[in-house]
Amino acid sequence: MTAETIKDPAPKEAWGRHKKLERNVALLGVGAFLAVIVGGIVEIAPLFWIDNTIEKVDGMRPYTPLEQAGRDIFVREGCYVCHSQMIRPFRDEVERYGHYSLAAESMYDRPFQWGSKRTGPDLARVGGRYSDEWHVQHLKNPQSVVPESVMPQYPFLAKKNLDAGDPAATLTALYRAGTPYTKEQVDNAAADLVAQADPNADASGLLKRYPKAQARDYDGDPSRLTEMDALIAYLQMLGTLVDVNSAAAQEELAKEKGR
Amino acid sequence: MESVVARAGWWLVALFVAIVAYAKAVDTAFAIHMVVFALAALAGLVIKLTGTNYQLATAGFGKLASDESKYDDDLVRWGVILTTFWGVVGFLVGLTIALQLTFPVLNLGFEYTTFGRLRPLHTSAVIFAFGGTALIATSFYIVQRTCRTRLALPGLARFVFWGYQLFIVLAATGYVMGVTQGKEYAEPEWYVDLWLTLVWVAYLAVFVMTLVKRTEPHIYVANWFFLSFIITVAMLHLVNNANVPVDPFGSRSYPLWSGVQGALVQWWYGHNAVGFFLTAGFLAMMYYFVPKQAERPIYSYRLSIVHFWSLIFLYIWAGPHHLHYTALPDWAQTLGMVFSVMLWMPSWGGMINGLMTLNGAWDKVRTDPIIRMMVISVAFYGMSTFEGPMMSIKSVNSLSHYTDWTIGHVHSGALGWNGMITFSAIYFLTPRLWGRSRMYSQRMINWHFWLATLGIVFYASAMWVAGIMQGLMWREYGADGYLVNSFAETVAALHPMYLLRAFGGLLYLTGGIIMAYNVWQTIAGRLRQEEPLYQPEYSANADRPLTAVPAE
Repeated sequence: MTAETIKDPAPKEAWGRHKKLERNVALLGVGAFLAVIVGGIVEIAPLFWIDNTIEKVDGMRPYTPLEQAGRDIFVREGCYVCHSQMIRPFRDEVERYGHYSLAAESMYDRPFQWGSKRTGPDLARVGGRYSDEWHVQHLKNPQSVVPESVMPQYPFLAKKNLDAGDPAATLTALYRAGTPYTKEQVDNAAADLVAQADPNADASGLLKRYPKAQARDYDGDPSRLTEMDALIAYLQMLGTLVDVNSAAAQEELAKEKGR
Repeated sequence: MESVVARAGWWLVALFVAIVAYAKAVDTAFAIHMVVFALAALAGLVIKLTGTNYQLATAGFGKLASDESKYDDDLVRWGVILTTFWGVVGFLVGLTIALQLTFPVLNLGFEYTTFGRLRPLHTSAVIFAFGGTALIATSFYIVQRTCRTRLALPGLARFVFWGYQLFIVLAATGYVMGVTQGKEYAEPEWYVDLWLTLVWVAYLAVFVMTLVKRTEPHIYVANWFFLSFIITVAMLHLVNNANVPVDPFGSRSYPLWSGVQGALVQWWYGHNAVGFFLTAGFLAMMYYFVPKQAERPIYSYRLSIVHFWSLIFLYIWAGPHHLHYTALPDWAQTLGMVFSVMLWMPSWGGMINGLMTLNGAWDKVRTDPIIRMMVISVAFYGMSTFEGPMMSIKSVNSLSHYTDWTIGHVHSGALGWNGMITFSAIYFLTPRLWGRSRMYSQRMINWHFWLATLGIVFYASAMWVAGIMQGLMWREYGADGYLVNSFAETVAALHPMYLLRAFGGLLYLTGGIIMAYNVWQTIAGRLRQEEPLYQPEYSANADRPLTAVPAE
């Protein structure tokens, strides 16, 4: 640049004033920072205090220790890169996958798993649609039950014993992040984890602490608690907590403002 | 001497922390990562104590950098080499997973080789390893030239560069072992995030302090973009990775933000990873390398001011367009859509400023393959920043979302814009950094250009067809009022498109390998004997006076 172009041609003009920013790192940096915080504050912050962001529905509860362990496997294997958990309010999606997803249904999802791509179908309401046995077969070898499928095979899930670390520590971490686990739930986490997949165990405490929880052997091998047990326990509960079709829920939804 | 001891002390502390964390690790992946971390600390310690400095380590690669009369380019040299390396790795993993989607048997049945684990490896390898290394290297190169000063805090700059490489290694090995936060483009777990935070703050310090000690009165426009890229990525990274670890010596953690809030925070992060990492940072490259290679000044100074401020202000609002028709409140979706459409204008401001810089030098598109790469790069930038706003319109998005159209869109931006501008920067930098008269082969640059361009065409058109077809098949109703296609039928219909996409990826990878060979030979100091790509026609036979020939 020559000395002439650097010289301020017209300081009163907006372009001239911009030269101040160009000569001062602090001003430029602060200006750039102010420019990028506005959008986030306006869009994100209100979600934490506007009441109707998450509708009030009956039936939502935090995940059981086994479901959470299955969810952790779902996350670990990156299932979300091909499967969404978010049904949009379109006729075809509602007929294909069930009632459109409500914000409340993922309120305890850490992390959220709405997904961004459907290489495979949506899973938001896959719970109860297939038998446990189908899931076992499908996870071990998807092409054996869906020939067109491009899903990877997961035979190792049935072979690996579930190592979920300390379930109480998991629930405590979730509690610290904001999931409303009770002290009773945290104290019984280790026992609940085992009870949910062991057909011989007493699951009455589990069912009391986690309404609508399903307790049974999932992977066809009651003698072992495998990763397959945990993952299928998670898949089989997806979308089963909130009765979106109950008249009461619909009425409540209709009364909400902004619908 | 004291400072050497003090710095060695820091490495010793890091080594000690890593060993303790290894001993107390509650899971294998965390233990492995602490070993990697300890090895890195040990390497730092050894380099400090033996007095091995980077000048010696890189002496084979060219001139010594301790000369205060020259720019500090060691890291840029390493950056060129590693950018090339990560590029080829990232494209290779991309081709692999494209083939896995075409032939699922290629998942091999091992937990470490499934699509679900390799896909984050691909995205992180190309965005953070290839793109990130290119950004750090070019920013160190550009900020020195445009400020007419050497890098401030050279020791810290080395920490930034190699610390970032350690971040890449930790992230990549983590994905294969299943260590992930489960959020796209933010997969690394909490301790890797903490490490990156440290590196990034150091990056900001090096960059800002270099700006502060500049000898040019004005801060050049490329540096505005680099500065806003560094600041904004720091903000996004901190907010989106606010996690609670399950165990201080374990790899798992859970995010503070759940459900709908988690979704918006994630896509506020995710979209601005595109906006600031892949756009602002790469625009900075454009603002330096295009005028240098074309030997023309930037087209419009005023346009650069308008488009810089409007781009960074508007980009941050666009995140919700990833969440159209979801359980995110409608007002947020609409806001995201409106700002996304507005974003079209500042984006094209950048494209116009880049393309019009060639004013008076358009002939170079014909004669200079590097300029040609830059032009197609900016053209792809313009195309994807038109396609993006279009796809963010809710009615378009209802068809395109969840389909391969999105994948095609991302790749026309990533392969076209980010890839091509990075390749041209590598071709610009390599001969200059190693003191060669030109690249080993101009013709190979030309081959790279055409292979990459054709690869993108195959990739993008296959994904457009795949995406629109799948979107239409999902919503197709028969005369009987029932859905026509099962989900599995739509998957089967995509097979030929996936094959074409993989072919496009193969072409792009081949171009990358040719570039790696070209860079290697250039560094080795060879010049390929070849016909120049363009030279004016000359015929000795025709170069003579016309003599009168008597009629017979």
